[in-house]
Amino acid sequence: MPTTRAAGEPALRRRGAAPDRSMTWRDRLHRFDVRYVPYLLIAPFFLLFLVFGLFPMVFNAVVALRHWRLDQPDLTGWAGTENFRRLFTDGDFGNALYNTFGIFLLSTIPQLLLALVVASMLNRRLRGQTWWRVSALLPYITPITASTLVFNVFFARDLGMANWALGLVGIGTENPIDWRADKLHSWIAIATMVNWKWVGYHALLFLAAMQSIPRDVYEASALDGAGPWRQLWRITVPMIRPVLIFSVVLSTIGGLQLFTEPMLFDLNAQAATGGSGGEWQTVAQLIYRVGWKDLNLGYAAAMSWALFLIILVVAALNTALTNRMSGGRR
Amino acid sequence: MLGRAPQDTPAGIGTYLFLSVTALFAAFPLYWMFVIATSTDEATSQLPPVVIPGDRFLANLEEVFSLQDVYFAASLVNSVIVATAVTASVLFFCSLAGFAFAKLRFRGSRALMLFVILTLTVPNQLGIVALYIVMGRLGWNGTLLAVIVPGMVTAFGVFYMRQFIVNTVPDELVEAARVDGASTMRIWWTVALPAVRPALVVLGLLTFVATWNDFQWPLITLNGTDYPTSMVAISDLASGNYVIYRRVLAGAFVATVPLLIMLVIGGRQIVRGIMEGAVKS
Repeated sequence: MPTTRAAGEPALRRRGAAPDRSMTWRDRLHRFDVRYVPYLLIAPFFLLFLVFGLFPMVFNAVVALRHWRLDQPDLTGWAGTENFRRLFTDGDFGNALYNTFGIFLLSTIPQLLLALVVASMLNRRLRGQTWWRVSALLPYITPITASTLVFNVFFARDLGMANWALGLVGIGTENPIDWRADKLHSWIAIATMVNWKWVGYHALLFLAAMQSIPRDVYEASALDGAGPWRQLWRITVPMIRPVLIFSVVLSTIGGLQLFTEPMLFDLNAQAATGGSGGEWQTVAQLIYRVGWKDLNLGYAAAMSWALFLIILVVAALNTALTNRMSGGRR
Repeated sequence: MLGRAPQDTPAGIGTYLFLSVTALFAAFPLYWMFVIATSTDEATSQLPPVVIPGDRFLANLEEVFSLQDVYFAASLVNSVIVATAVTASVLFFCSLAGFAFAKLRFRGSRALMLFVILTLTVPNQLGIVALYIVMGRLGWNGTLLAVIVPGMVTAFGVFYMRQFIVNTVPDELVEAARVDGASTMRIWWTVALPAVRPALVVLGLLTFVATWNDFQWPLITLNGTDYPTSMVAISDLASGNYVIYRRVLAGAFVATVPLLIMLVIGGRQIVRGIMEGAVKS
């Protein structure tokens, strides 16, 4: 308030005293500046969000209810709930949903647990603090397209480093694992890529929250005989709960929309089939395939709305679960 | 700042060992990208694996850049254009909006800010089909405009700048400038902007990295064009019946270098930026 009033008063006085034309013009300018310029400053965001965020979102629902094929522009008109009903009987969609959740579970849980451990290590008194933290961000800045291709070489069946390393400890020496042949192995490979990318990032988020925990809490619990492990679960985790929940929501939204890794894990990337039998085809990838390979935008739109609803439900469930597990009760 | 819990006092060898192993895992894929990018075909399919870079980096690069069906050099230029344009625009619009939300009084500002925060939770994938149709109507599909314009101002950026300006720009300074007759824009330029330079650096770096690495939307809207962004070009290189990894990864490595340089130069700020963003959200 003070900002506007301090400036408003002289303007009022001036208007009453001098009906000089140039002054009124300046007053008007000033009034405009104080009253309307703030809206001008925030307008770009709302404009852009309206046109490229909100409108597409709503319009997507319209597209989902219509026939909309890129290859048959004359086939228009309402499809009603046909696109949505088709989802329930579509084996591809069910399979993609199954894969998405499989990869999601294999990535999110280890990812956040590992991030917690890394963060609590980084929270100790360390030499070269900055250096350790920056190195945690190396995967974060690496393009997923690039890292996925490296992992492709890594997970090759015959001459890949993953199988070679497993062979050193005696796994798969007779029959090397074919990482692209079945669901479980391809899920593990993709989840590895996701985890590699995000552990450091989440660790930094957790670390930020950990640093605001007062030391006497730890001291008191140490006096009571709590070891490091117990302290992590009884003190650290409950006290960083807000960030923990933020991370869970973030990785839920990201994990359920997984696209780049499964796309490029395919040896023929742009086919978007997710393996010869759709072993690791995710929903986001299926949407791409249905929309831009099969050219059925209406059905793709229905899928993306369904995915959105699923994300909402899962994010809410996970939030509740995290809240409870991190000390909503004793 | 320092870890202060009692169990932390002398960080044991175990901690350093653990952190070293994680850092090794974090760095290894990047390092290996370089190894393959510098090697021959035979060297990349050899067991035990080759871990020392070869001397064919320039030769492999030359192959990537002289490809007939993927114009890799042009795609790199496109990436530079897109990421620079988006970053400049995000810094401009987000600092303006952040300033307005932090220091100006106007009707509905609280509700509007809440709305901005709420949009953060909307998955962008939701409208992707319709966005494609909208871009088609605008005639922008296949052009860089389709990639640049939707990213020109972000909810995260507005939120981040607002937070920073609230904390670092004193109200008294804004008022004093007002009394001296400075216009809103002038106050933004002379009072707010100089105070938030660190935040601009962080937001700029994060925006550049995110834009540079974006894949899905550029793939959809630029697919089939001769000049996509470098991320789409990389996926083009990796599509086909037989992928020559030393070539693809030489290209991928070149597309990663600008980001590596940013991490080396601005690492400390990026870390701080991410950590500060976390506590407040």
